[in-house]
Amino acid sequence: MANFETVEVSTDLLILGGGFSACGVATEAAYWAKKNGLKVTLVDKAALDRSGAVAMGLSAINQYIGIKDGENTCEDYVRYVRQDLMGISREDLVYNIARHVDSTVHLFEKWGLKIWTDEEGKYVHEGRWQLMINGESYKIIIAEAAKNAIADAGGEIFERVFIVEPLLDGNKCVGAVGFSTREEKIYVFKAKATVATMGGAVHVFRPRSVGEGFGRSWYPPFNTGSSAYFTIKAGAEMTCQEVRFIPVRFKDAYGPVGAWFLLFKSRAISAEGGEYMVVRKEELNNWAPYGLAKPIPANLRNYLGMLDVDAGLGPLYMETAEAINKIADEYKDDPKGYKKKMKELESEAWEDFLDMTISQAHLWAALNVKPEEKHSEIAACEPYFIGSHSGASGAWVSGPEDMDTPYKWGYVNMCTVDGLFAAGDASGASSHKFSSGSHAEGRIVGKAAIKYIVEKGEEPTLDAAKVDEIKAKILAPLDRHQEFCNETTDPDINPNYLLWRQFMDRLQKIMDEYAGGVTAAFKTSKANLERAMELFVYLKEDSEKLAATDIYSLERVWENIHRMWQGEAHVRTMLFREETRWPGYYFRADTPKMDEENWHCFANCRYDPATGEWEMSKKDVWNIPGV
Amino acid sequence: MPSFVIAEKCDGCKGQDKTACMYICPNDLMFLDMEKMKAYNRDPSMCWECQCCVKICPQQAMDVRGYSDFIPLGASCVPLRGSEDIMWTVKFRDGSLKRFKFPIRTTEEGSADPLGGFATHDDLNSQALATEPESLGLDAVPTV
Repeated sequence: MANFETVEVSTDLLILGGGFSACGVATEAAYWAKKNGLKVTLVDKAALDRSGAVAMGLSAINQYIGIKDGENTCEDYVRYVRQDLMGISREDLVYNIARHVDSTVHLFEKWGLKIWTDEEGKYVHEGRWQLMINGESYKIIIAEAAKNAIADAGGEIFERVFIVEPLLDGNKCVGAVGFSTREEKIYVFKAKATVATMGGAVHVFRPRSVGEGFGRSWYPPFNTGSSAYFTIKAGAEMTCQEVRFIPVRFKDAYGPVGAWFLLFKSRAISAEGGEYMVVRKEELNNWAPYGLAKPIPANLRNYLGMLDVDAGLGPLYMETAEAINKIADEYKDDPKGYKKKMKELESEAWEDFLDMTISQAHLWAALNVKPEEKHSEIAACEPYFIGSHSGASGAWVSGPEDMDTPYKWGYVNMCTVDGLFAAGDASGASSHKFSSGSHAEGRIVGKAAIKYIVEKGEEPTLDAAKVDEIKAKILAPLDRHQEFCNETTDPDINPNYLLWRQFMDRLQKIMDEYAGGVTAAFKTSKANLERAMELFVYLKEDSEKLAATDIYSLERVWENIHRMWQGEAHVRTMLFREETRWPGYYFRADTPKMDEENWHCFANCRYDPATGEWEMSKKDVWNIPGV
Repeated sequence: MPSFVIAEKCDGCKGQDKTACMYICPNDLMFLDMEKMKAYNRDPSMCWECQCCVKICPQQAMDVRGYSDFIPLGASCVPLRGSEDIMWTVKFRDGSLKRFKFPIRTTEEGSADPLGGFATHDDLNSQALATEPESLGLDAVPTV
């Protein structure tokens, strides 16, 4: 076996991940840990300053309720999420995040995030729930507060440690095992409570760009399904594994469309000029009641555009020139005012790109795009797994203690596995949490997990033989490469093993072609999904033949095994749900209609670590009374 | 080639065991060639073009050449990140330029107080998080 040093770390609370929800956990947990003499440890596979989905920056805060100024209520937000998710959401979790998210935003402002304010000092909204920010350093600021909190409580941060496997003691999580991506070290973390906050999953599906642009996914390529893998392998019940997310963005660079839709009031049209939201309005009747209420769910908006593309009416365009000309008309007697307004809007539109999708600014510059003269192409991205926006995949977690729901078996946000908590992209059915809500959910977990440790925390017991087995399994790809690489003149082509990219290509081919990816026009069916499951058997067997040339490839190997498990949970759950509920995300051609009578429910799955079997189940949707 | 390193400018962060770009890359792509003492992007097709490496490079030795799949040559978006704001120079393929300056934070680097100066409490059993309800601007945490 590769000769790695083993480093054992004992802690009370173990936070896995470094993004917004992880930082939220750390910031809140550190406060309560210090009061109770407990240790908090955070493990990030990258550098906390620039890790997670907000690494590049962000141009808006997308969840702010505005409770103190009476702008909206938490109940309003619950209604919004219910409608956007076609009726399927954990309203207790959505409510819980909503009631804490404003305080998260107020903290962000104190920490140094520049939130735009008007002359009266009120936040400037981009939309009903969205606030405008100057967010280039958004992640750095939020990480800074988390670091300061952990330092103050005497905790510890490990950067560049990639977590692979959970450590279990029956149905209890007692820590995690991973490896350093910088040194030959295996890390064994022992903990009384563990939080999964390692983000969503990208590159489970084949992206549209398969050359150098492969990495230009909308959600970051370093979200590799580690949350899903960790919770699934721990035996946690998972929910909404079928609810992938597909945003419509400017084509190829995937730059944000929010400023153009919301600030400029642009229309989206087909190449023939028809506005698909108007031309295909009748289609919405088929998806009542959600299709007929406002705002129209994101998946249905996608779907109407996809119908145009399927009919050969593409490309689709964002009518930037028309929108700007409309604004010019409003100022036709005030050329000075027009110039000022346009300068303002131009700066906002470019900042929207430069803060969060620099490639889009680059693409427009390379194409000499003048938005006032010519429209720009938009398109549906490839599918992603994300607990925010209208994605919903994640672990099935216990609800808040003060709400009377059927979803309570432990501390809030605890999975069905004892001592294992989930937040952000790792927790399911609580969509539309975005950056601020993920941080708020992290804070909720930070307090709950410390409460769990104070009340129930026990010294973790580790099975030494099991730990050794996990260590050997993690390092096996390095050993395999060493054993066989000299058998062929080109070590990249070898009958004894696969390299990570070759394996990833195969996973993506299965997902793309059978599970409703881009080349399948987001359509699938029972037969296609069953074929995917047949091919998964071989893929899973071959995942035990992966080889790694160095620590970097070992990291990529394990990321892709994590992706494979996310893919499998997705296929199994689409197969289980015999209806089409989210056209625009995926369309099950053999069950093309929504079936409220039989499928107005959550579709959950659980992998049993003891038997290796999967179990599928339906769970009721609970609505907040009177909302 | 997404992010790339200008050979002449890179000094391998003066022989330290890790360079600034290696330290920051969220996808672990930057690598230091110890023989040449120059860094490089070891897998451009996994690059998100987030420019974290470009922004942090002390030698301004990094830039991005847009993804060859769909970005024509000749354009660039070059950041210059300070402690309070960021300056962007966007160069179009036709040679025209746009410059933007945006604030990045309102406080001094390192100064973020996790509790934000809000009142805190000791009740581990309540729904109120450490700084609530004051940080909400309400008298109590809402409940159904």
